[in-house]
Amino acid sequence: MSAQPFLQIQDVVKDFNGHLAVNHVSLEIIKGEIFALLGPSGCGKSTLLRMLAGFETPTSGRIVLEGQDLAGMPAYECPMNMMFQSYALFPHMSVWDNVAFGPRRSGMSKAEVAERVEEMLKLVQLGKYAKRKPHQLSGGQQQRVALARSLAKKPQLLLLDEPLGALDKKLREETQIELVNIIEQVGVTCVMVTHDQEEAMTMASRMAVMSEGRFLQVGAPADIYETPTSRFVADFIGNVNLMDGTLDVDAPDHCIIGCADVKHYVGHGITGTEGMAVTIALRPEKIALAREAPADSAFNAVQCTVKEMSYFGSFTVYHVLLASGAQLKISQANTERHSDSALTWGDRAWAHWSPSAHVVLTA
Amino acid sequence: MLGRLRILFRGLARGRSAVIGVPYLWLLVFFLLPFLIVARISVSEMENVAFKDLITFKDGLLQLSLKFSGYRFIAEDSLYFDTYLRSLKYAGATTLLCLAIGYPFAYFMARARATVQPALLMLVMLPFWTSFLLRVYAWKGLLSENGWVESVIVGSGLDHWLVAAGLIEAPGRLMNTPFSLVLGMTYTYLPFMVLPLYANLAKMDLRLLEAAADLGATAWVAFWKITVPLSKAGIIAGSMLVFIPCVGEFVIPELLGGPSTLMIGRVMWDEFFSNNDWPMAASVAVVMVLLIIVPLAIFNKYQAESQEGRR
Repeated sequence: MSAQPFLQIQDVVKDFNGHLAVNHVSLEIIKGEIFALLGPSGCGKSTLLRMLAGFETPTSGRIVLEGQDLAGMPAYECPMNMMFQSYALFPHMSVWDNVAFGPRRSGMSKAEVAERVEEMLKLVQLGKYAKRKPHQLSGGQQQRVALARSLAKKPQLLLLDEPLGALDKKLREETQIELVNIIEQVGVTCVMVTHDQEEAMTMASRMAVMSEGRFLQVGAPADIYETPTSRFVADFIGNVNLMDGTLDVDAPDHCIIGCADVKHYVGHGITGTEGMAVTIALRPEKIALAREAPADSAFNAVQCTVKEMSYFGSFTVYHVLLASGAQLKISQANTERHSDSALTWGDRAWAHWSPSAHVVLTA
Repeated sequence: MLGRLRILFRGLARGRSAVIGVPYLWLLVFFLLPFLIVARISVSEMENVAFKDLITFKDGLLQLSLKFSGYRFIAEDSLYFDTYLRSLKYAGATTLLCLAIGYPFAYFMARARATVQPALLMLVMLPFWTSFLLRVYAWKGLLSENGWVESVIVGSGLDHWLVAAGLIEAPGRLMNTPFSLVLGMTYTYLPFMVLPLYANLAKMDLRLLEAAADLGATAWVAFWKITVPLSKAGIIAGSMLVFIPCVGEFVIPELLGGPSTLMIGRVMWDEFFSNNDWPMAASVAVVMVLLIIVPLAIFNKYQAESQEGRR
């Protein structure tokens, strides 16, 4: 990465009475990117965000924004603004006054404040609602007021805490794109916290998966999805089939891994010793399911019985039972309408996949 | 089927009116009706020990006779006007003092650790375990000569300030002055200010203060722009609980007040029991109730409208 790091988190630790909520975390964020902190609840992502906002002070480590150390700077002086989970709009103020709260605190003249508020309300398309109180707005409108309020001081860094958590699914999908558009239009660098991987993957240019106060993997959403480096990440991001096995053959251009039901032929070598225990991670959509055995059934193919199937419209998820009693999740796109060859409960079938479908996990 | 549904709905409607009706019935029987009786007495004419009927029907003549001499007297004699004004003034001063002391009190209680809050709440309510009369009487001892509060105030020269503020007439004499009266009322009614304020402040969403800090507000600005406006309902409730009973207060002015602190409660007592002029006494009472209720009703209406917000 050639770009100058905009925000540097250097070996930050947050110790809550002996519990390390954030455990030696380092990260560099580039100007203009949308970065997501993703993890299950209690993983420390919110604590890290609160340290960025200045609500918590790191026990050790430094947070540097464009060369300026933010440690010990009170929240009201930090050049960053936060959009709170469930928004924390001021209930006694109108939409206009909510948005004007930040600009009024920064010593702007009345006319400048008014101009900024109008600009922000126009940005989130809420000009008509300026006189309403927050409780008179829908959830989506409240979310936009919160966004306008957090952008009104033109922060250098925008922090989003579960920005869409309070919205229902349909609205969330629409809002995700709208939110990204507004953020890109304003051009603000953005760090968001979410437990929703879909939200992180659609909105963020890069993300970090956190667990127990540490970063497990940092990268672009596609990299994390396609090449997870640990069992936790593979399991946490998307659906995955995990199979334990041993490394039988390890050649420079391929390796063979034996599991209980199937022998895997992986189209690349790994750095390991033969006989070591490894885990195969296989995404459901990378497995094909057919009635007939594939031409070469020695590797990457296994016979199975359809145990469960869930129809989702655009695709169907099959749960198939293997000889050992293990189960595989397989998702198949529904490319045909009412296909005659469609599998159903109890059918015998073959699951198979390509040599490039696997991820071999050694951790 | 339809008939049964209709019966069910009728039953529900009846249940709803019962729920609304019970408190209304309570107010009707124990507030409105007694008030109307008092109002009736205020316009009645005395006939030995009984009141004359307001409506008489004699010789084909239907007569409604209302005697407003009590009200006219109140309007004409400046004693009543001055006393009402004085009552409102002392009640107002007491309310402001209770608010000034009670707000920080309730604020720190609401922000204290959750484990100590019940104990603090208990401390606020503890004085109620002793008779109110005894507690007010105790102030007599504390404030009169050689009482230790008096010694501290006089010893520190604070009494000269009180003279300058017009709260006592001469240095060294604290009892039976506006000072002792307001002190006693503030002491007695403080819990009624603290409790609603505490209930209000304790349920406030503290993330709003974080949001304010995030947007550049110092703790002081956040307090005035967020905490105080959001606790308005608690301030109003506490102020009413202090102000209303203070206006008609009788016992504390009797024990701690003096000749210069005549309040309307005492005037009523005199009309009832010294002059035995019930219509006059009832007139004084009606004016007092109206004096409190009318501004409150207007205020409430304005409050409800501003709560609704503008669309």
